[in-house]
Amino acid sequence: MKTLLCALALSTALSGPALAAPVTFTTNLSNYGGDGAYLALYVTDASGAYMGSLWMAGGKAKYYTHLTDWHRATGGDTAEINGITGASVGAGRQLNITLDLSDALFDAGYELHIDAAVEDMRDSPSEVVVPLTRAGANTPVKGRRYIRDFTYGM
Amino acid sequence: MLRNLHKIPGLIAAILIVVITLSGAVLSVLPAWEVVAEVPARPGAGLSVATLADRIAITYPGVEQIKRSPSGKIIAFYFDGGQPGAVVIDPATGVGVADAQRSAFARWMTNLHRSLFLDDAGRWAVAAGAASLLMLSVSGLMLTARRVGGWRHFFSRLRGPLTGRLHVEVARFSVAGLLLSSITALFMTASTFGLIPEAENPPTFPRAVSEQTGAIPGTMAMLRDTPVSALRELTYPYPDDPTDVFKLTTDVGEGYIDQGTGEVLIWADAGLWQRVNETIYMLHTGQGAALLGVVLGLMALGAPVMAITGAMLWLQSRRARPRIKGNTPAGQADTIVLVGSEGGSTWGFAATLHRALREAGHTVHTGAMSEFRPERYACAAQVIVLAATYGDGAAPASAKGFLDRLATLKAAPGLSIAVLGFGDRQFPQFCAYGAEVARVADENGWPSLLPMGTVDRQSPQEFARWGHALGEALGHPLELLHSPVIPQTQALTLISRRDYGSDMQTPSAILRFALPKTGRFGRLVGRGFARFSAGDLLGIIPEGAAVPRFYSLASGQADGFIEICVSRHPGGLCSGQLLSLTPGDSVQGFLRRNPDFRPQANARPVILIGAGTGIGPLAGFARANRPGREMHLYYGARHPDSDLFYGEELQGWQADGRLASVTAAFSRTDTRTYVQDALRNDATRIARLISEGAQVLVCGGRDMAAGVAEALSEILAPAGLTPALLKAEGQYVEDTY
Repeated sequence: MKTLLCALALSTALSGPALAAPVTFTTNLSNYGGDGAYLALYVTDASGAYMGSLWMAGGKAKYYTHLTDWHRATGGDTAEINGITGASVGAGRQLNITLDLSDALFDAGYELHIDAAVEDMRDSPSEVVVPLTRAGANTPVKGRRYIRDFTYGM
Repeated sequence: MLRNLHKIPGLIAAILIVVITLSGAVLSVLPAWEVVAEVPARPGAGLSVATLADRIAITYPGVEQIKRSPSGKIIAFYFDGGQPGAVVIDPATGVGVADAQRSAFARWMTNLHRSLFLDDAGRWAVAAGAASLLMLSVSGLMLTARRVGGWRHFFSRLRGPLTGRLHVEVARFSVAGLLLSSITALFMTASTFGLIPEAENPPTFPRAVSEQTGAIPGTMAMLRDTPVSALRELTYPYPDDPTDVFKLTTDVGEGYIDQGTGEVLIWADAGLWQRVNETIYMLHTGQGAALLGVVLGLMALGAPVMAITGAMLWLQSRRARPRIKGNTPAGQADTIVLVGSEGGSTWGFAATLHRALREAGHTVHTGAMSEFRPERYACAAQVIVLAATYGDGAAPASAKGFLDRLATLKAAPGLSIAVLGFGDRQFPQFCAYGAEVARVADENGWPSLLPMGTVDRQSPQEFARWGHALGEALGHPLELLHSPVIPQTQALTLISRRDYGSDMQTPSAILRFALPKTGRFGRLVGRGFARFSAGDLLGIIPEGAAVPRFYSLASGQADGFIEICVSRHPGGLCSGQLLSLTPGDSVQGFLRRNPDFRPQANARPVILIGAGTGIGPLAGFARANRPGREMHLYYGARHPDSDLFYGEELQGWQADGRLASVTAAFSRTDTRTYVQDALRNDATRIARLISEGAQVLVCGGRDMAAGVAEALSEILAPAGLTPALLKAEGQYVEDTY
């Protein structure tokens, strides 16, 4: 799965400039009144099958079980997020990441999921589910619980 | 070594430990608060998760998760009109009774407690604090055992100055909790950073589901069989997702339930590691063990107290240890001064001795007893050992290994030795360590420069006296003027005096001074004369002298005056000045507490034994006694017409029941009896009283005290008791001079 996503999406090393472009993912958290949120950004195909991870906000693997959908899909395998891990995101704060992604990832039926989890609060798997399309870029999407809005832009 | 292991991390980590223990104490209350104030009602014993889920679904059709916290609080998470919500549920009705938001205060306090708001760096810092706390607890336990004379006496009564006693008293109360909290804290940190095996993963999501929907929780066998008391979490499937399932977590494990058939698809019991993790979490936070949490919180409060008293002890010992000026290397000195000190006060005496010996023309090397290297003392003629005693005869910190090295010396290296022991007569083993040093030196054939001397409670007079003897042995005068740090004095004005003994050529008097004024802060903290009782000591600095003399107080602050008994010592500077005071005159004085010398706070009988002016504090105890508590006084005087201190009062106190009996012995009458004779005459009663638990308080000259101890040994021998045994229990206390 991971290799598939790699082939599709990741890394400027493999993709030529014509095929890949920087994509910015902006996640604004609401003031939910809790500690920093763990967020997993990952891609599934149209049928919901896991393709690969884009980012993991939150450094401690022991809490990954609370990102339930991501954990269910990956079995909690930290190899899936090797090198694409950052700090957890505080309430009301913004997570901004830019990745070089292949054009083939868009308008191909893929969906981007964000699982969220906050200590002592309810887990929120697939808090955001948004199809990756060129038309949908720069359009904010509301989250269910902890994410005020999410935007990806090219 | 052990002391350094205790002192150094203590000083470095003190502030950190204060922060984490105080915040921990605050947090410890929360689980109990949750049980008392936030849990609406206990569910009926038979209430099943199925019934609870059905009840909740009536009020909250959009329910998506039900959680039960260890306190028994049930929270339902739901979606209503696209808005998530969370409420505390009354299990009896399924109706929400309160908003379920975790308080910002608890969150703030938790973050302070575990990471100082500094994320991972803070977590490591706090873990370092917990590690220091653990190290302090262990080294403190061992120091305490050493102080009280072994593990068997771990909870025995403490003696000594207040700060040290408070430090150990609080430690004994709280060390169990601090050990548990610090060990569990370290475990939790290790778990957070993945340094120990993870709890087992939850069971993998079922591969195949029925893809039907519509089963309601109330009909599911698994939920009907699970009581609410075992519930942890029930998570509902996503609405409109037939591939999703119910997930149930209980005390025994977790699993998935099909939302179409209600069948259990997968179940896995909780693994061993998970149980270990959960238990440690519970032991640390008190969640699920609220009472334990409160107890741990109370014990955690001991840590700030110990941080403060510990820092005070360190400061005191630092202040007491001066720098030795002009220290000659050991190989070139003719005199070697070795210091065995625990708290550091003996170093002050060593500095005085060092200075005086240098002024007398010696080349002197002063060092710790643990640095004893006789093979290096090439030019030395004598070794002078100043040895304190730690607790029950143990070697003090700076004397580690001295006795072993002394004992293995085949023959004395041609040096003579002088030993001066420092100690406290309140301890059963007065100067025991010094005596042991003298004994081993003698066995190994060291010539003795002068017999072993002793100094009781840092008495400058005894030190000066020993100095004269040392000077004689060295063939030159030696004046040791040691002035320990003297507290601030206050002017005390004489109100009245009662004179005795002029016909016996020993003028003496009961002197009564007015209470000096104390500021409001002084009253609050009990400083100076704001709070004192009979048996405490009045320090007087006579004019023209640097060193204070101490007199036992015959009154407490409740009496409204300061009273002492003084008799004229031949050539005594201080007693002469005091006895020449007339009402209206004043002297400079300060208070030194003597907390061990007073009747214990219980209802058992008390036997007061004294002679001469030693009756002063005993009279104070009698004056403060309430009728009903049996108090017997035995005292010795010279002649009823001469030095019968408190003669009239004693009759009055006997009449109103404050004294059960008064027995006097007069040494200058025809009968010629001493107080120990009076004790022997009353042997049966005294043996009975003591075996009933009576406390014995002795005050007076040292010879009298020795005579009393001898008489009591005889009296108590049939009962299998000795004064030493009683001393160890604090049932026999002396104040001698």
